[in-house]
Amino acid sequence: MKVTVDEDKCCGAGQCVLLAPDVFDQREDDGIVVLLDAAPPEELHAAVREAAAVCPAAAIDVDENA
Amino acid sequence: MSHGDVQQTLSYPIPSEAALEPPAEWARLRQECPVAKVKLPSGDEAKLVTRYEDVKQVLADPRFTRQLTADDAARLTDSESGGVFNSEMSKIIPDHGEGHLRWRRLVGKWFTAKRMAALRPQMAAIAEQLIDEMVERGHPADLKASLGFPLPVYVICDMLGVPADDRDRFSRWSDMLLNLTRYTSEESTAAQMDFFTYMSGHVAAKRAEPGDDLLSELIKQSAVEGEGLSDMELLATGIGLLVAGHETTANMIGKMVSMLLADRTRWEALLADPSLVRTTVEESLRFDANAGFGLPRYLPEEAEIGGTVLPRGTTVICSMAAANRDEGAFDNAGEMDLRRSPNPHLAFGSGAHSCLGQSLARTELQVVLEVLLRRLPTLELAVPVEDLKRVEGLIVGGLAEVPVRW
Repeated sequence: MKVTVDEDKCCGAGQCVLLAPDVFDQREDDGIVVLLDAAPPEELHAAVREAAAVCPAAAIDVDENA
Repeated sequence: MSHGDVQQTLSYPIPSEAALEPPAEWARLRQECPVAKVKLPSGDEAKLVTRYEDVKQVLADPRFTRQLTADDAARLTDSESGGVFNSEMSKIIPDHGEGHLRWRRLVGKWFTAKRMAALRPQMAAIAEQLIDEMVERGHPADLKASLGFPLPVYVICDMLGVPADDRDRFSRWSDMLLNLTRYTSEESTAAQMDFFTYMSGHVAAKRAEPGDDLLSELIKQSAVEGEGLSDMELLATGIGLLVAGHETTANMIGKMVSMLLADRTRWEALLADPSLVRTTVEESLRFDANAGFGLPRYLPEEAEIGGTVLPRGTTVICSMAAANRDEGAFDNAGEMDLRRSPNPHLAFGSGAHSCLGQSLARTELQVVLEVLLRRLPTLELAVPVEDLKRVEGLIVGGLAEVPVRW
């Protein structure tokens, strides 16, 4: 799995951090997403998929084949 | 459906017979008339959007603006100011482009998931205290007045550095500012003036003597970067956050608990497995059929929604609550499933304007539910669910009372 984030789209809702804190964080100075792990281990895949599905700005992209 | 039916103008908001149930019209509108002509309390006409994909598109599409003060935009109410969405205050915070981005990011840093998680112990302590007081007074009790209403005001007042003694005044102002029909135009204008005066004084006090709160931090940042927020922007930010952060969460606490107690197997499932709290909060937000007015948008240019072309000058009302019951987006949309995941509901909107305070709201709802389950496992509704009544006339939907015993 390969994860990418779009900082320009991100609206800082923080859902991804609540769901997968080992993969996503938010910048201290403006709340915009920080990708901590672009290739998360398998046990986190479900949480990452959920984070991508519920992101209100559709700022998270998950490539399952990578 | 005949052509005549399509042309028939619905009054909006659409009344519902049962407090926790959606109006029957929602399913019909989604199926047959996804962009429906409606008449607002002001008498002006607008288009109501009820399908999940359409609502999501409108909320994320910058052509659908928040310029509800435009000359030909529909007024929501017939009061002079047109209510909170049409007010002059709503023009002060930039609503699009670079200006909006700057405001959103300056304020957004205060609402990160981590900061909200750090507030958990403080929120839990407030919840414990309010529940203690409710238990002391004895049952039956109104959970809305005892817990739902005070908790979010306490939290947001703390964030803004508003003294505890002023919390109750804020609560009342917030109620009046959001009201569409319950108060007279004079009452609502007077409340706005009082609130405005108070907040002006509060911003000035924070400029003179900064504290450890959001407004003080924003002021400090202005000084450092030379590109922070003006006094008017600070004022509008403070008022906006109070109005947005109080009544919404306050009512949601009452509605969430009511939905869970209306079918007590839900409450029992949570008692058996408190790890369901997170998904339960999301499902309560999705399932809330009494979410209030929805979000209005104004079209300064022609645009299309789901195959319907709308002329420039159209005002569109997005019903996120109707969209959240769309069978095309959610399996068994009419069932409350405490394990539903993922749950991409639209209760907080979508796109660049989606709710700034959603992590705050989620955290408050999760904490309240955790504390209630622990402290009052025998909680139940003190009236039959049919007797629950909606609050009428608010932009934010809620229940008049949530009578409980334990």
